[in-house]
Amino acid sequence: MTNIQYAAILVPSTSHALKVEKILKEAAVTCKLIPVPRQLSSDCGVCVRINNSDAHAVKTIIDSKNVTYDGIFQIEK
Amino acid sequence: MIYFDNAATSWPTPPCVMEALAQFLQNCGANPGRSGHRLAIDAARIVYNTREAIAKLFNVSDPLRIIFTMNVTEAINLALRGYVQPGDNIITSSMEHNSMMRPLRDLEKTSVQLKVVQCSQNGKLDVDDVKAAIQSNTVMIAINHASNVVGTLQSLSEIGKVARNHNVLLLVDAAQTGGAYPIDMISDNIDLLAFTGHKSLYGPTGTGGLIINERVDINRLKPLKTGGTGSGSEKEHQPQFLPDKYESGTPNVVGLAGLGAALHWISQQDIKNIRSYELKLTAHLISGLQQIRNVKVYGCLDAAHQTATVSFNIDGLQPSEVGLKLDEQLGIMCRVGLHCSPASHNTICTFPNGTIRFGLGFFNTLSEVDAALSAVKQIAKVVS
Repeated sequence: MTNIQYAAILVPSTSHALKVEKILKEAAVTCKLIPVPRQLSSDCGVCVRINNSDAHAVKTIIDSKNVTYDGIFQIEK
Repeated sequence: MIYFDNAATSWPTPPCVMEALAQFLQNCGANPGRSGHRLAIDAARIVYNTREAIAKLFNVSDPLRIIFTMNVTEAINLALRGYVQPGDNIITSSMEHNSMMRPLRDLEKTSVQLKVVQCSQNGKLDVDDVKAAIQSNTVMIAINHASNVVGTLQSLSEIGKVARNHNVLLLVDAAQTGGAYPIDMISDNIDLLAFTGHKSLYGPTGTGGLIINERVDINRLKPLKTGGTGSGSEKEHQPQFLPDKYESGTPNVVGLAGLGAALHWISQQDIKNIRSYELKLTAHLISGLQQIRNVKVYGCLDAAHQTATVSFNIDGLQPSEVGLKLDEQLGIMCRVGLHCSPASHNTICTFPNGTIRFGLGFFNTLSEVDAALSAVKQIAKVVS
C-alpha cells in the first residue's frame, strides 16, 4: 500500500512558485512553498506543496491561468 | 531649500519607502530564490510583489514578463543590444537621452542602420515622419515617452500603431513618465517598456526594469549577462524562460522592497491626482517664467502636453552661472547644462550651452514655484 504524504507542483523558478502560490491562495487552496524534494529534482529551488486530495482541482486551476509548471508529483513517505 | 531636480532623482522619499528598506534589512535580508528556507522565500515574495505592482501600474498580463535591472539605462541596453542585429534598421528621435542614443551609436558601428527622426523645435515627434522613415529592414522604433529636457510627451499609442502596422517593435524609455503619467502597455501599443525606480516612481536608486510583451521573440533577445539564477542549477547553461533568462546574480532586493512600497504609495495617491497636481504646478511655472523679461522658455509651453520638467534660459547668462546662483544664494536645486542629451539641445537650439531645468515633483508646492519665480526674476533683473 502506498503512503502518499502530499503532492508537489514542480516549477521552473521561485518566481513561478510565487505566481502559483498567489493563484492558489486566491482560489482558497492550502499550499506552502518548500525546498524541492531530492527525489524530484537536484535543483536548489522551491516547489509548491499541496494536499494530495487537492491535486486534481489544482491542475484545473493552474492550467486555466496560463502558468508554466513542470508537473504535479505525489510524494511518498 | 527648494528641490527642483526630480527629473534626475525624485526627493524627498515617501516615508513608507524608507520604512520598507529598513524593514527588509531588519527582518529578512535573505537571498531571494536561492534557498528554500522561510527568509529566502520572504525575500523572493517581496521581489514578486514588486513585480506584480509594476504589472498593475503598466497593465502587464504576466508579472514574469518584468525584468528587473539596475536602472532604465540597463533596461534600454538590454532591449537594444539584446535584440538588434547587424543589418537591422532602427528608428529613433532627435530628442533622446544618451541612455538611448549612446547604445544606438555603439550599435551603428556594428553595421546597424540608425535613422534619427528630427523632432520639431518644441520637442515633438511627428507620427508621419516616423512612418516615412520605416524601411523593409526596420525592426524597432526606439523613443522616449517624454523628453528629459523639456518634458514634451510623444504620442505613444499612435506611434505604436504605426509600429504594429509595419510589424516592427516599439521600445519606450519611460524614465520621465513612469508613475507621473498613465502608461498602458496594451492600449499604448508598447512592446518593450524601460522604466526606472528613482524618478517619478519615488523608489530607491538602483531599481528599474524592462517589460517584454508577447510580440517580442525572446529566442532572439539575448541577455546582457548570464550567471546564477537559483533555477535550473543542475545545468551549466542559462535558463531560457522569463524572467530568469535576463536576471542573473542576486538582485537589489532591498531596493525592490522600497520600490514595492513606492508603487503602493503611488496607487494610494492615484496617478490621476499626481498628474493633475503636477500639471497645475507646471502651468503656473511656465506662465510665470514667460512673464519675466529676458527669460526664454523652451518646449511646447503647454503643461497639458508635457511632464513637470521645464527648461529655460536667461539672456546674457550661462546656465551654469544661473544654477550656481540658484543653489548658493537662493537654495534652489536644479540641473543646468546639457542634461545628458546633446541631441535634445541640438533640436531645441540650445547646444552647446544648454538650459536651466526645473524638474518639479509631487512634493513641490505652488508657493515653492512662486519663490523660484521670484528668484529667477531677481537674477534676470541684475543682468538687464
